Amino acid sequence: MNPFATVTELADGIRAGQFSSVELTRYYLERIERLDARFNSFITVTAERALAQAAAADARYRAGTSTPLTGVPIAHKDIFCTNGVRTSCGSKMLDNFIAPYDATAVARLDAAGIVTLGKTNMDEFAMGSSCETSFYGPVRNPWDPARVPGGSSGGSAAALAAGLTPAATGTDTGGSIRQPAAFSGICGLKPTYGSVSRYGMVAFASSLDQGGPMARSVADIALLLDAMAGFDAKDSTSAINGHDGKAAAATAARPKPMKIGLPTEYLAMLTDPAFARVFDEARRVLESLGHTLVEVSLPHTAAAVPTYYVIASAEASTNLSRYDGVRYGHRCEAPVDLTDLYERSRSEGFGREVKRRILTGTYALSVGYFDAYYLKAQRVRRLIRDDFVAAFGSVDALLAPTAPGVAFPIGQISDPVEMYQQDVFTVPASLAGVPALALPCGFHEGLPVGTQLIGPHLSESQLLALGADYQRATDWHRRTPPRVE
Amino acid sequence: MKWESVIGLEIHVQLATRSKIFSGASTVFGAPPNTQACGIDIALPGTLPVLNEAAVRMAVTFGVAIGASISPRCVFDRKNYFYPDLPKGYQISQFDRPIVGAGRVELRLDDGSIRTIRITRAHLEEDAGKSLHEDFAGMTGIDLNRAGMPLLEIVSEPDLRNAKDAAAYFRQMHTLVRYLRICDGNLNEGSMRCDANVSVRPAGTTDLGERTEIKNLNSFRFLERAIDHEIARQIDVIESGGRVHRETRLYDPDRDETRIMRSKELSDDYRYFPEPDLLPVVVDEAFIAKVRGSLPELPQQKRSRYVSELGLSDYDASWLTDDPTVARFFEAVLAECGEAKLAANWVMGDWSAALNRRELPPDASAVTAAQPLRGRSPNRCSNRCGTRPIRSATSTR
Repeated sequence: MNPFATVTELADGIRAGQFSSVELTRYYLERIERLDARFNSFITVTAERALAQAAAADARYRAGTSTPLTGVPIAHKDIFCTNGVRTSCGSKMLDNFIAPYDATAVARLDAAGIVTLGKTNMDEFAMGSSCETSFYGPVRNPWDPARVPGGSSGGSAAALAAGLTPAATGTDTGGSIRQPAAFSGICGLKPTYGSVSRYGMVAFASSLDQGGPMARSVADIALLLDAMAGFDAKDSTSAINGHDGKAAAATAARPKPMKIGLPTEYLAMLTDPAFARVFDEARRVLESLGHTLVEVSLPHTAAAVPTYYVIASAEASTNLSRYDGVRYGHRCEAPVDLTDLYERSRSEGFGREVKRRILTGTYALSVGYFDAYYLKAQRVRRLIRDDFVAAFGSVDALLAPTAPGVAFPIGQISDPVEMYQQDVFTVPASLAGVPALALPCGFHEGLPVGTQLIGPHLSESQLLALGADYQRATDWHRRTPPRVE
Repeated sequence: MKWESVIGLEIHVQLATRSKIFSGASTVFGAPPNTQACGIDIALPGTLPVLNEAAVRMAVTFGVAIGASISPRCVFDRKNYFYPDLPKGYQISQFDRPIVGAGRVELRLDDGSIRTIRITRAHLEEDAGKSLHEDFAGMTGIDLNRAGMPLLEIVSEPDLRNAKDAAAYFRQMHTLVRYLRICDGNLNEGSMRCDANVSVRPAGTTDLGERTEIKNLNSFRFLERAIDHEIARQIDVIESGGRVHRETRLYDPDRDETRIMRSKELSDDYRYFPEPDLLPVVVDEAFIAKVRGSLPELPQQKRSRYVSELGLSDYDASWLTDDPTVARFFEAVLAECGEAKLAANWVMGDWSAALNRRELPPDASAVTAAQPLRGRSPNRCSNRCGTRPIRSATSTR
């Protein structure tokens, strides 16, 4: 069996009788058992549950009720609630929290017959760009275990890169699917805000959080998206006429020639010529496929990172108020009174980065500062969104770098503001709510480089068709880390 | 010096929806603690609120009934504070864009005069749970059955001038919400609660004095006594050279006094901001028109009609219309006997006395309008057999 096979290939293998879902599941569980000590990409492995699901999947094939995902293993970021399984969100605060229900995205994938291998490591409460803030220790990049896999969905990205799972879920608030995809040489989609239900996804920043698929190929991403996305009455911000569910079909055919914009402001930030050349190669491939590339302007790009950190922290500061030691989660020993219960439970349960954002966000919402920070950030957010709407008036999609560089060594970035700059190319699309597809486009100093295709609201199918077109002409997404057998 | 008191009320009306305002949990009163609190109500990670449409309709019903403007686009906000019975660490409420805008009610005073009370606004919000301090030594019990119950908070302008009028206003709102069937009006179960903002100023002046807020009054009598007490206390403070402090006070009915709950000299910072888990609520003209079209006859309309069309006295008309259950019963009796004065006398006399003797509320009456009347002349019915069916109906309970 090839651990780096795609979802499509594995489903074909089961259908053709080359192996059963149970055999496939055992194969990946064995790899996790044997290899993950090196990467720390899983927090919880749900072997028993996976094998039961796999047996049920095999039965579905026999009964003729299989879907294109039936029997294929997946790993869920530990931010998605999974019934009866610990859902820690990478935090000591929820280390003892067994979710009593399934997130909608998880339930929909389950319904398609997918097999859950376990829950992947992540930055605490999805706050980070490196997977170094997890209570369960840092995740290591399979391309170089001394380096980070990106974050916050770094456990999912590393598990894919190491061939420990053929598919994973992630969440993206300001780049948390796309940046780890880039650092780990895999694909990831941040869907349009409202495409994938947020019900059962532990909230970080409600107006930005969006779940999405991570996989080896754009075709796999499309399959997973079709299963995950769609209106959910349990999420009031879910789009009623959202994803068309036809991404997989769209990726099967060649797209019509598109006009693709290169944001001038992004290009100007690529200061390393060798790194910029890798990115430029992606442009050249798209041109060779008959697409037209033109420069476009997103004038408010420079304001995106500060705007994002005000809004995301403000929302996080109140979303995390429920972790008070009263009903579930970490509670301090022997509190003497209510204030002591709150202070010690939260001081002990949250890590440094989470505390920093709660403090920042509380400040931004306080009387006397609200107008200068939160309200102003919302106004700028509108301008950033308008930038994209204007750009999509003249182009079908945008081609942009995903991260300003390649995966950096664990421990290298200690200044939080420097770390926030990791998100410079990803937060604008998050603030605008538009979909963005990250995919590998080459290597720099032996490490994967990612690019992203950004499209108008709900253009996922078109975006994925373009991505699939690119992947038919390249094989960057089929490369595997050198020292992972 | 002569003093004038200035009073405004905030009335919390628990809306009579079947499920909570943001979850599907039941709103039935009296269940064992924490048996009517679902994942959303206890704020499990990953849960999200979904607005109950019935609560919106009830709020609009109220707004239309008081001739208020209905916001075409209202917004929910988070009001952030930590308390053990507030599971999310914030209450979902409405801050600066409430669903119901300015309106007015005509308050009928005992002397028959009318006083206009301006309503500032009414907004939707969720209730918190209950902290139970008595039953657990050294601990606090939390019951989250009430968490997420739908509330309509009706805020009045400071247009009331004495405790009696304030109580009359509270009573009139109590009547109105029951007519509108948006609240069961059960004060004992906390279905209506009221906070009173009270200040005093020298008679004839227009500037407002510093105010105090008396929290959580749930009876007409306590409201009146609490305000009377607070007015006297404030006058006493000022006349003895002191100053009234901005603070929240609680009324203790056993001692008949208010005492300080917390100081509000520094205003609390609730860090209000728009709730990102909910979209703005759009209420269009068609929805409002539909609500307006289904509005029942309002108490004041009914009272006027009883006087002008049925020839009842002001007193009788008020008595019969105060409680919609009584009015409905009266109209059923009237339909049977056809004589308004006779029907009124019987309802106000024998029927009401029979209920009073058994300490039963009007809706517990098992007698139907037809029972005492069928086959008998109205005169006989009202004089002789009126109470019998009630006795037999209630004795079997």
